[in-house]
Amino acid sequence: MNITHADVERVAKLARLHIAPADLDARARDLGRVLELFDRLGAIDTRDVEPLSHPLGATQRLRPDVVTEEVDRTALQRGAPQTEDGMYVVPRVIDPR
Amino acid sequence: MNGWQPVIGLEVHARLLTRSKLFSGASASYGAAPNTRACAVDLGLPGVLPVLNREAVRMAVRFGLAVGARIASRCIFARKNYFYPDLPKGYQISQYEEPITAGGTIGIESGGAERREVRLTRAHLEEDAGRSVHEGFGGASGIDLNRAGTPLLEIVTEPVINSAADAAQCMRTIHTLVRWLGICDGNMQEGSFRCDANVSVRRAGSGALGTRTEIKNVNSFRFVERAIGYEIDRQIDLVESGGEVVQETRLYDPDRHETRPMRDKEEADDYRYFPDPDLLPVIVDDAFVAEVRDGLPELPDARRERLVREYAVGAAEAAQLVSYREAADYFEAVVEEAGGPGTARLAANWVIGELTGALNREGLRIESAPVDAGRLGRLVRRIADGTISGRMAKTVFEEMWGSDGEPDAIIEIRGLRQVTDTAEIEQLVDAVLAAHPAQVGQYLEGAEKVLGFLVGQVMKRSRGKADPRQANRTLRDRLAERRSSPPPAV
Repeated sequence: MNITHADVERVAKLARLHIAPADLDARARDLGRVLELFDRLGAIDTRDVEPLSHPLGATQRLRPDVVTEEVDRTALQRGAPQTEDGMYVVPRVIDPR
Repeated sequence: MNGWQPVIGLEVHARLLTRSKLFSGASASYGAAPNTRACAVDLGLPGVLPVLNREAVRMAVRFGLAVGARIASRCIFARKNYFYPDLPKGYQISQYEEPITAGGTIGIESGGAERREVRLTRAHLEEDAGRSVHEGFGGASGIDLNRAGTPLLEIVTEPVINSAADAAQCMRTIHTLVRWLGICDGNMQEGSFRCDANVSVRRAGSGALGTRTEIKNVNSFRFVERAIGYEIDRQIDLVESGGEVVQETRLYDPDRHETRPMRDKEEADDYRYFPDPDLLPVIVDDAFVAEVRDGLPELPDARRERLVREYAVGAAEAAQLVSYREAADYFEAVVEEAGGPGTARLAANWVIGELTGALNREGLRIESAPVDAGRLGRLVRRIADGTISGRMAKTVFEEMWGSDGEPDAIIEIRGLRQVTDTAEIEQLVDAVLAAHPAQVGQYLEGAEKVLGFLVGQVMKRSRGKADPRQANRTLRDRLAERRSSPPPAV
């Protein structure tokens, strides 16, 4: 399957992956091969097969609406690079108006 | 707007009133210190698994039944993938294919126009994201994940609304309904009820839809109407001047009354939905649906019709009384206490007028009104049986508002009993007629307006205690007697 550099750049952007320009050719080839496999799957006649949304034959257990979790903020924030006043601090994600 | 038809669809997000979150046992309460309501599941830490809240499912089914939707016996959850710091997992758990409810309608009425049915596409469950704060962090952003994972019901209408006013009315109707059902508190300031609007325009008579824009997160009915109105005009101007509408997300700025494209071009419209492998298919069986159906309250439309039918309340008053369930309950309790349906119109006037006015002045809700339905009912009873006049009742009501006093006790203490004794009123009337021969003469010559002055004089002489209707009647009778047998000319 023919995958262009633009296709690779687009999915890389959606997945927040950095792909060096020198690697674009190789990634396009890899992705093309993967998608060929999906094409082969797509060629199978599935007219009589029920759509499957989960491989297990089980169904979802429902939880009673009860508060069970005590939140230890200090412990949970230990893994964060930066916090302030109880907030997680991240690089600004909107451009200032 | 001549020659153009606006086409609008709404997406309403209603935060469900569960105690815990949609997929975790953390508290879903609003207003806690930052990140003290975000547990490992909400933070998306490695190794955690979501478990679905039964109450959220029940509430979604409750809504579905109330709008006549099909309840899916089996539904699934999907991952909606995008990157934003207030979305810790990198995806939002939502429903895409196979939502919990499909179809249904919202009936809207406004401005005396005919009732319109707005078809719903679906309503589905999803988790909310966290909250970003862009000020006060020195060029960085602060993230509070308390809201992350709280349950939302996203209610999606078909693109079948044709005016900004109808869109706002549809939003109001949904707002009334979710509160009525007790599944959402409807608090717009806290973001418990938010609305996005998809807006496009097309040439009247054209079947094809125009390119749409999406207006995000408008949090008041008035702004929804204004934002959509602005966007309709903008699109028509654009197309008429040879331009083209670009499909994009826009934000409404109420201060400048305009919509602007969101600057955040990072927003990808490709969410790559796929079934969430952490969650199994959800089965909603007939017994579950039947149980929810049994617990449904009388719905606003049915209640309104019943108020008109049983109590002979006007359509506009009935609509006002069902704007929320507590008001309708309060009204019916007042009528019962006041003596039944015969007092209903009076009761409606008091609930909508005096009571609502006092509540609004003090920013109170009817559930916490200082005058409960029992006391107001006993006051209305005294107006209905003629003990006091409507004007006296206002004095009593004011005193009840600031005390625990019973209306009868206040009437007694203040000496507010209305004079309805016929002989006493006749005496007052005769005295007034004797004191104002000039006005009597004018009346007899045809100046009927003078009657108002004479009634006023009777009220004044009685210090406000005469029953004004009775005074009016007696005056007319007495004056009619004089007309038919005028006193002999001097």
